Amino acid sequence: MRRHCNRLWGMALLLILVAGCERSPSPWVLHDISGLMPPLEFTLHDGSGQTRSEKDYRGDRVLLYFGYTHCPDICPTTLAKLVSAVHQTGKAAERTRILFVSVDPARDTTDVLQHYGQAFGPQVTALSGTQAQLRALSKRYRVSYGYGKADARGRYEVSHSSAVFIFDRHGSARLLATGADSAKKISTDLKRLAAE
Amino acid sequence: MTSDIHYLLPWEFSPAVLLFCLLAGGLYLRGWRRCRRSGQPVGYWPLVSYLTGVVLIYLVMQTGFDYLAQHMLWIHRLQHLVLHHLGPFLMMLGLPGTVLPYGVPQRFTAAVLAPLWHSAPVRLLYALLQNALVAPLLFVGLIYFWLLPDIHFTAMLSASRYQLMNWSMLLDALLFWWLILDPRPRHAAGRLGYGARIVILTLVVPPQIIIGAHMALAKDSLYSVYNVCGRAWPISPLVDQQIAGLVTWIPACMMSVIGVLLVLRRWISENRESSLPAPVVS
Repeated sequence: MRRHCNRLWGMALLLILVAGCERSPSPWVLHDISGLMPPLEFTLHDGSGQTRSEKDYRGDRVLLYFGYTHCPDICPTTLAKLVSAVHQTGKAAERTRILFVSVDPARDTTDVLQHYGQAFGPQVTALSGTQAQLRALSKRYRVSYGYGKADARGRYEVSHSSAVFIFDRHGSARLLATGADSAKKISTDLKRLAAE
Repeated sequence: MTSDIHYLLPWEFSPAVLLFCLLAGGLYLRGWRRCRRSGQPVGYWPLVSYLTGVVLIYLVMQTGFDYLAQHMLWIHRLQHLVLHHLGPFLMMLGLPGTVLPYGVPQRFTAAVLAPLWHSAPVRLLYALLQNALVAPLLFVGLIYFWLLPDIHFTAMLSASRYQLMNWSMLLDALLFWWLILDPRPRHAAGRLGYGARIVILTLVVPPQIIIGAHMALAKDSLYSVYNVCGRAWPISPLVDQQIAGLVTWIPACMMSVIGVLLVLRRWISENRESSLPAPVVS
């Protein structure tokens, strides 16, 4: 009899554990990465050659994206999509920054960065850094990048992540957008983030 | 040259992994020497097998291999093949149950390990984990759990979940392969019969075939995290996934086959020993 009771208790405990694991549905459209990734932190330089760090963007919501300016398709379309998403948030757009981090510092000099960022709009800042700085940042957010073989004219492809990491005003990593997420989806969550 | 050395350094240094491997290797070596001296030598093959297992586990967790495992699905599967199958399997062939008690300082055993080992919660937990039904369920369940696409996604994004994943695979495998390869003689406490071991090894095969085949034959990419975070080098997501499926499927199941053969051999030799006619003295 006592054994029976023990078993019942065990099962009850198991049920509580299982129930505890069930999470309420996420209110976010994008991937919720709260608590999964470390807060925003980096040391890079912008198009004017000035050193930039997360401190320069304190109080802003930040969209962090890795790419390179010679990228034929994915980078420009993603950036255009992010700009459109930020525009759709209306007033909240004021304190939202898109940080484009070039992982191809050999070709993306400060001049190139300056022009590239400006071409997409005032919300976009193009950044880059030394290999050590870029490796540290990509390792922090568990993304990879690498270089393909150069062709006869010295052109080469760069493999990079398609993730857009979204940080709140306090620099905490909150959301992850992927290539498949539309501007509308991103703006929906940006609005919600701005309302916090 | 320096770039080559770079690959041997940990991608993400983990003091816990270093400590585990140093202790596992160091205590074993000490025990192995002391076994020799005490006149109960353990052969060279167990030594080689055990240390190979430890070194393999260290290599897949604490070198550039770990970077590749984070950014390529099939290399991640290869990492888990070592953590969940090959590494602990080789370690358990090294007779750790015989050697390690000689290696651990006796005072530490008497003051810490023995009381802990005989305490009720530890006994209960061990009995539960090594239960003939729970053990195979846990062994296969962990493979499935970490390969659930949503769980896999967060495990690859979060450094702490990634470590939890790898440790859970390793620790469970040490328990599982100890249960299967336990070399102690018949009637030793908590020792599983040979028949039951063969049944367990057979039971864990079909689920591994199913999940491996599911990955290898899927028409679209199941694990988007590698697309999102970028692969270690350019490779088609489907090719990556197909190789990953084969790694999960074939070598993992081969380990079961090798396990069955080893258990059978022991079973037969034990039977032969016990059925030898007693020497007749006239």
